[in-house]
Amino acid sequence: MTFKLFNLLVQASVWTIGISAISIVIGFILALGLSAALLSARKLYRRPAEFFISFFRGVPLLVQLLLIYNLLPFIGLNVPSIVAAIVGMSLCTAAYQAENLRGGFESVPKGFIEAADMAGLSPRQIFMRIKAPIALRLTFPALVNEAIMILKSSSLVSVVGIVEITRMAQDLASSTYMPIEIFSSAAIIYLAICWIVAMTGKYVERSLPGAVK
Amino acid sequence: MTLPAISVQNLVKRFGTSTVLEAINLTIPAGQVSCLIGPSGSGKSTLLRCLAFLEEASEGMITVNGEALGFFENSRGERERLPLAQIRRVRSQIGMVFQQFNLWPHMTALGNVAEALKTVHKAPKAEAEERALAQLTKVGLANRAGHYPSQLSGGQQQRVAIARALALQPKIMLFDEPTSALDPELTGEVLNVMRDLATEGMTMVVVSHEIGFAATVAQQISFLDQGRILFAGAPGHVFAKPRHPRLEQFLDTYLDRGASMLV
Ligand SMILES: Nc1ncnc2c1ncn2[C@@H]1O[C@H](COP(=O)(O)OP(=O)(O)O)[C@@H](O)[C@H]1O
Ligand SMILES: [Mg+2]
Repeated sequence: MTFKLFNLLVQASVWTIGISAISIVIGFILALGLSAALLSARKLYRRPAEFFISFFRGVPLLVQLLLIYNLLPFIGLNVPSIVAAIVGMSLCTAAYQAENLRGGFESVPKGFIEAADMAGLSPRQIFMRIKAPIALRLTFPALVNEAIMILKSSSLVSVVGIVEITRMAQDLASSTYMPIEIFSSAAIIYLAICWIVAMTGKYVERSLPGAVK
Repeated sequence: MTLPAISVQNLVKRFGTSTVLEAINLTIPAGQVSCLIGPSGSGKSTLLRCLAFLEEASEGMITVNGEALGFFENSRGERERLPLAQIRRVRSQIGMVFQQFNLWPHMTALGNVAEALKTVHKAPKAEAEERALAQLTKVGLANRAGHYPSQLSGGQQQRVAIARALALQPKIMLFDEPTSALDPELTGEVLNVMRDLATEGMTMVVVSHEIGFAATVAQQISFLDQGRILFAGAPGHVFAKPRHPRLEQFLDTYLDRGASMLV
């Protein structure tokens, strides 16, 4: 195992990190809308969101990726495989993040809302100033968790031809006949990335205003 | 006779099929302290929440300084809901202090007190914070202005909650067991703030098991039992022997240090 090989894996991790980060962000934005639909009093909004979530949580990500990869050209969208990968991962993480957010919004203590109501805040102000910040804090640990899950799941996008850490490791393993060294290195790189995300998450959580230290 | 701060007529509150409050008639005189006492589950919180319009009464009328709260009786004698803007306006005269403080955990003490001044009353930040600090000073917590609720004791949190309500200059303050969630050694600081407020002439409705406080500070005590006001009157009158058997039973259960001197 040479430095050069290890370096190739590190370079490939840019794809792992890039695709994961973009998917988490897009997924979060989608999840905000989805969770609002889930919390809506109207079935018209709730049902489609529930269907979306049960689909993306019930079908393996690998199958979702292959489906999207083949479906997009079929409906006339000839997009690069990176786009298919990001679409698949974003939709999948959106489903999980939406459930987290719904749980967060539901666990904002009723008393905080009543205090805001008594103080004369409008429903919109209560949402922006009280509900949303508290719900986001409550769901932050789950969000960090989800980011780590997505980082690891991103190994699956190798099936649509993206040379991220796992695909690079497979390629190198078959050309160098050093699978144990190569895959151990890949494991260490994944571990390091996830560790950094977890530590950063803990740090951010502790430094949020009002956090219990 | 001056206008009562709150007047409740024939109030009924049902949750589904269970009737929690029945035929409540209550007058809260302005500038006085009225205490609601009674066993757990008798409907004290529900009544207070109806006065704050956090719960909507199923029947009956509530007026606040002469204005209908939530519902009014139209010319055909039917009970009709008032427009939201009107409800908000009448309600803005009422401040509420909760058993669990309910301070917003992501804002400092100062932030909690200044929040509605900024967002609702559109006061400039500096002015809102100046007024908030004045309120915190009043409850003896100016030196904790930058602390988050998680960094304050229960007693301090409750005093911040009182300051938060007072900052909006309510005409009436409602307290729902403000000291029940506190360690015994912290109740004094909260009761002292409430005593000061009473001395200033604030109209207060206090649900409390602090019989000592009720007996010494309140002008009027109403005893609730199973959703009804069994009797009401001045403390000297209510606590005078011979007492109603239900009150006797209640005092046996909730006797505190203050009450032991009295009884
Ligand atoms: N939201 C609610 N739904 C159903 N029942 C309720 C609700 N709130 C209170 N109750 C019932 O009303 C009764 C009075 O409760 P409460 O007003 O909290 O009493 P207190 O404050 O005197 O202990 C209790 O039996 C309680 O279970
Ligand atoms: Mg109660």
